[in-house]
Amino acid sequence: MALNRSFVGRRAASTAPFDVTRGDIKRFALAMGDSHPVYLDPAVAQSLGHPDVVAPPTFLISMGNSAGGSLLSDPDLGLDFSRVVHGEQGFELHRPVCAGDVLASEIRIDQIRDAGHNELLTLITEVTSAGERVATVTNTLVSRGTAAGQS
Amino acid sequence: MPTFDDTEVGTELPGQSFTVQRSDLVRYAGASGDFNVIHWNERVAREVGLPNVIAHGMLTMAMSGRLVTDWVGDPAAVLAYSVRFSNPVVVPDDEEGTLLVVAGTVQEKLADNLVVVSLTATVAALPVLAAARAVVRLP
Repeated sequence: MALNRSFVGRRAASTAPFDVTRGDIKRFALAMGDSHPVYLDPAVAQSLGHPDVVAPPTFLISMGNSAGGSLLSDPDLGLDFSRVVHGEQGFELHRPVCAGDVLASEIRIDQIRDAGHNELLTLITEVTSAGERVATVTNTLVSRGTAAGQS
Repeated sequence: MPTFDDTEVGTELPGQSFTVQRSDLVRYAGASGDFNVIHWNERVAREVGLPNVIAHGMLTMAMSGRLVTDWVGDPAAVLAYSVRFSNPVVVPDDEEGTLLVVAGTVQEKLADNLVVVSLTATVAALPVLAAARAVVRLP
């Protein structure tokens, strides 16, 4: 069944802050196989002018979909997660994410469009720390075989 | 470390390759919070039509981004990074794992010491990322 296009433009805000800790950054960096000292050693990060250890460019994916969960799981949207694959991902970092950041996010459904038999659902998340813009995260999900006219 | 003035369109970044094993997927699942079963359970992966367990697209993206962060030295110089996932990275249950081969080229020079790096990531010559690009500020 096709997705409900009236959801385009809908927004949801995170309900709890996401605390970025040194441990979170270290765990993420080591899980991607990268032991760069700027991820692990506060003194090295500070020598490069950062307030604390810096998060890898894709770290914000670990915020998960806490803000978007309620939007995406709304039965009226009609998104069947068993049909979903990750299509595209982008991070625009307005400033580095560092340990000590307390992040909030607002997600919106930016676009739903057909791509052949599939539908593409684009989510845009604005990430802020104490009101300061930190990052814009773009995530496109592929809903396989749900374009109108497909069974 | 590269500088903006020394970097030209067409400059190639040092290539890298990464081995992806099942244990890497388990570790990444824990660190990222993505516990989708297709990244660790072969039975379920096959049931949904995949050839085997597949890597998190975000792990492929993270590993491929190493090419850029290792090149610039300070990962905070990466101001934007985006990819399209074009093929799954299949990770069999063996000792060898799957080899991800990443290459990068400076595609464009912009104002304010910014350059655009275009990346390719392949497994057995098949592209697993498409339209992969990073915007980086160079000294």
